[in-house]
Amino acid sequence: MSAPNKSYDPVEVEALKPEEIERMRDEALAAFTAADSLDALQEAKVAHTGGTSPLALANREIGALPPHAKAAAGKLVGQARGAVNKALAARQAELEVERDARVLVEEAVDVTLPYDRVPAGARHPLTTLSERIEDIFVAMGYAVAEGPEVEAEWFNFDALNIGPDHPARGEQDTFFVQGPQGGAESGVVLRTHTSPVQIRSLLGRELPVYVICPGRVYRTDELDATHTPVFHQVELLAIDEGLTMADLKGTLDHMVQSLFGEGMKTRLRPNFFPFTEPSAEMDMLCYVCKGESVGNPDRPCRTCSSEGWIELGGCGMVNPRVLTACGVDPEKYSGFAFGFGIERMLMFRHNVEDMRDMVEGDVRFTRPFGMEI
Amino acid sequence: MRVPLSWLREYVDLPATETGRDVQAKLISAGLEVETVEQLGAGLKGPLVVGQVLTIEELEGFKKPIRFCTVDVGTANGTGEPQEIVCGARNFAVGDKVVVVLPGATLPGGFSISARKTYGKTSHGMICSSDELGMGDDGTKGIIVLPPEHEVGTDAIELLELVDEVLDIAVTPDRGYCLSLRGVAREAATAYGLPLLDPALLDVPAPNAFGYPVEVSDPAACDRFTARTVSGLDPEARSPIWLRRRLQKVGMRPISLAVDITNYVMMELGQPLHAYDRNLVQGAIGVRRAEEGEKLTTLDGVVRTLDTEDLVITDERGPIGLAGVMGGANTEIADHEATENGESASTEVVIEAAHFDAVAIARTARRHKLSSEASRRFERGVDPLAAAAAAQRTVDLLVLLAGGTADAGVTEAVAPSGPRAITIPADHPDKVAGVTYGRETVVRRLQDVGCDVAGQDELTVTPPSWRPDLTDPNDLAEEVIRLEGYENLPSTLPKPPSGRGLTHRQRLHRRVGRALAGAGYVEAPNYPFISEQVFDQLGLDAGDPVRRVVKLVNPLSDEEPALRTSLLPGLLGALRRNDGRGSHDLALFETGLVFHPREEPGVAVRLPVDRRPTDEEIAELTAALPEQPRHVAVVLAGAREQAGWWGKGRPADWADAVEAARTVAAEAGAELLIRKGQYGPWHPGRCAELAVAADGTERVVGHAGELHPRVLKALGLPARTCAMELDLDALEKVGDGAPQAPGISTFPVATQDVALVVDEFVPAVEVEAALREGAGELLESIRLFDIYENAEQLGEGRKSLAYALRFRAGDRTLTVDEASAARDAAVALAGERTGAVLRG
Repeated sequence: MSAPNKSYDPVEVEALKPEEIERMRDEALAAFTAADSLDALQEAKVAHTGGTSPLALANREIGALPPHAKAAAGKLVGQARGAVNKALAARQAELEVERDARVLVEEAVDVTLPYDRVPAGARHPLTTLSERIEDIFVAMGYAVAEGPEVEAEWFNFDALNIGPDHPARGEQDTFFVQGPQGGAESGVVLRTHTSPVQIRSLLGRELPVYVICPGRVYRTDELDATHTPVFHQVELLAIDEGLTMADLKGTLDHMVQSLFGEGMKTRLRPNFFPFTEPSAEMDMLCYVCKGESVGNPDRPCRTCSSEGWIELGGCGMVNPRVLTACGVDPEKYSGFAFGFGIERMLMFRHNVEDMRDMVEGDVRFTRPFGMEI
Repeated sequence: MRVPLSWLREYVDLPATETGRDVQAKLISAGLEVETVEQLGAGLKGPLVVGQVLTIEELEGFKKPIRFCTVDVGTANGTGEPQEIVCGARNFAVGDKVVVVLPGATLPGGFSISARKTYGKTSHGMICSSDELGMGDDGTKGIIVLPPEHEVGTDAIELLELVDEVLDIAVTPDRGYCLSLRGVAREAATAYGLPLLDPALLDVPAPNAFGYPVEVSDPAACDRFTARTVSGLDPEARSPIWLRRRLQKVGMRPISLAVDITNYVMMELGQPLHAYDRNLVQGAIGVRRAEEGEKLTTLDGVVRTLDTEDLVITDERGPIGLAGVMGGANTEIADHEATENGESASTEVVIEAAHFDAVAIARTARRHKLSSEASRRFERGVDPLAAAAAAQRTVDLLVLLAGGTADAGVTEAVAPSGPRAITIPADHPDKVAGVTYGRETVVRRLQDVGCDVAGQDELTVTPPSWRPDLTDPNDLAEEVIRLEGYENLPSTLPKPPSGRGLTHRQRLHRRVGRALAGAGYVEAPNYPFISEQVFDQLGLDAGDPVRRVVKLVNPLSDEEPALRTSLLPGLLGALRRNDGRGSHDLALFETGLVFHPREEPGVAVRLPVDRRPTDEEIAELTAALPEQPRHVAVVLAGAREQAGWWGKGRPADWADAVEAARTVAAEAGAELLIRKGQYGPWHPGRCAELAVAADGTERVVGHAGELHPRVLKALGLPARTCAMELDLDALEKVGDGAPQAPGISTFPVATQDVALVVDEFVPAVEVEAALREGAGELLESIRLFDIYENAEQLGEGRKSLAYALRFRAGDRTLTVDEASAARDAAVALAGERTGAVLRG
């Protein structure tokens, strides 16, 4: 900004003639229009709006005008500069749009390129399916109970009403742990089911007891397409006042509905287990054909072999003798228990055809199951 | 138990339209596990007739002997002319009655019969073996030779009962009575609401004093022993076709008439029987426990050294049978084959129908690894009241089929036993089921299974003799509920008290799994069975505690008799398996129990079951078990980051393994002390020892790094395989609770970089710890961003560590002087502790 002038320079005052101002404005507008790139516009911007541009100089001269002329000249220059700035901004926006359209296209990539820089990990489906089942019952108020895999025979057999001479004891294909003399005198086995955890729960928890017991169990079966010596079970135990077999049925129905959807149900068939009385074998409606393949050779069902039902496992009302062995009064308390194999459920729920796929740890098998199931 | 439908119908008048599958469904819902229904003679189509061999011409010049026969088949071939048939079997002679299948017929398996040229002749049909007719093993190995009384031209499909349905039932241990036609018929009768024609309802003569002498010296183990004798047996008598066929259908092989009859009656009534050749038994029959050192050759020809707990049948000489399990060879019945060998066949027999203690029989069967049809029944409980009827039935059949004479003597040794009544409230089944059946239904159903029921609100129930399994109130409840139909139970939900979700420990296990999977690891759970040689392969010291293992008495493989003490053998096996299958870039993890024997392994005693064990007893049992901590492990090989269009890949290395340990520790909220280590399987220069501090003491909880090249070679693993293993339980114990939120300052950060030169063996973790401590509380974070080694610039054996330090205060903008002062303090302490000097 120059200092106020007391003397007027006729030449410079010439620049503030209206037609001059208009010319400057028009020149600026023309230059902006002519600018065909953001760089060219930047040059034009410096030339026509910068500190040494004609309009800026003209603006500076306003101060040199006689007072009576200042207002009119200021208005004239101000309007011109306003128009110029507006045109500049408009052109700037225009050219940016053009730039964006061109440059960003040049920067385009093939977004379909595969990316497996660090291949994803996964949890084993036996783990996640077990957790899924646990969660159903945890949501109902059950606790998850665990116990040792190498277990005392008393927990694995005797307390479950499987006495030393019970035929079922010999049928369990039990792994025995060597005792101090190298024989089976240790009284210790690899647990053949997760039922010992039920005993531990009854001994260690306050009544009522509502627990779900997942875990690894062992039987002396050779590994083949349908057997594995190491497998996983989930067992449930509910002990309370007044529990009934109808409660068992309802709990099973709830589980299969949670896992396989609305409309699913279970079927109980009488069976025998030493630790439950009454005992039952439990089946679930085939979740694929819903039983419609039965007697319908046109629509065979691979999942249930057109039986309509899928065998799940065993269940029943906890034998009062088991309660007695755990110090629970069978006159006051009753309850139910069930158990089934996770491998089997994984097989029919996810079409696993060979047991070996589940035990060999092949990453090609496990990866597709991801984090949850 | 195999149950032919035709036989079952003898005792229950099932509707004629009921198929095997219908009966199967009914029995399943009554609680019998009917696994299959076998369709005998499915697809079989005649003509199949009795023929008589007229001529046999031996054809010469073939690889095996071939016969060209003419057979009289009556008018079955339409002409009445002899049928010309080529036959490869040799066990028949001219005049024998045989089974002939004629052209136009179809044998089981869709085998169509037509006239065909063979061995230079035309064969118009076949002379059949039992195999070809789907009859099962009949003991002959060749074609069927029929008894002479059957007429030529008779339809053999009917004669041999070739078309039938057989239910195969897996009988549960509580249902011993269903190991008989009588028992299954009882269930079928109840299921159909039809009367049972009980085959055990026979007229039995009262015992008398002149029967065969029997002395039972252990009445607790043998509470009933019936002996009958039959004499004048025709040594030439054979089992009739119907008897042979029924035995075949239930899965037994016909042997000789007397044996077949005892087997038949066992199948019919469930009572195991034994027939002794009376002339081979010397003196009174006894029942006692075996004496030390006694031996017995059983019918299977095995010489068995008896245990003093074994219950044996004896005569004057000593044991003649393993009671309830198998007879002895010294009193074996001889049949007509014996006469063919010039010996004499049995003409007088003693029939034993006894009742033995289930436990005694089970133990003997297990001890001698000898499970027989008899022992299976005694173990599961035999109806003691059926013994006399079974003996009578056997006598009747011997008289009828072998032309014998029943002797008048009847021996019965019976130990007194009281009735075993159970008292239950009449609504007990209702309370168990959650259904109101009502007293009337409960009483009716209990009577259906054969119980005597008395009383009103309190029922006194006496179970039938064939149901020794009914001992408790819930056993009776089950009978009512199953007969009323499990399928009719309603579906209700109990209301457990509000739960508290997963425990801290359970959530940690899930978190660790998710964190490792999130870091690219694939979970691979392995069997816990290992060999002890693997410890040598892993390079463990001779005294390493990990070598102390829990061993199995009966491992699946003798090569892997031990339980794992480390997850690595299994996990490395999975890595090798994947690598062998073409997956080379691998990151695997496993969490699971390992098993360490106690210092002094104890014996887990058998506690009582009639009361709660005391806390001391439970503690004692637990102390007899191995320690079973949960471990977590990872293994890596190949590329951790793949090469691709984005650039180079990166091989998995020791740092990934250590990072996995950090990941796990972070999930556990545990502070992991990482320092240079040297242990067994790991590369001595690339092994981190992982420790935690608790109560002022440090404890090593695992290792991580690259594996030793020798271990890789010994185990056949890929180069540069890395591994980490941690005791997860130990981490859990030292883990903090919930993380505490840091105060977030919004004042600007002041960043200061320092490069420190130290001796190359100084661990970075120590330099960082000194910097952190020296910088004081203004330090927000510290990060090692570069390592530089250059002997010319830094000197031999020196390295430069470049750290970025970020300072920030919670209440003001730091001045440059403040940040510099903090940095200088940090460098000074690092210098003091590690000899670090600022790089010039």
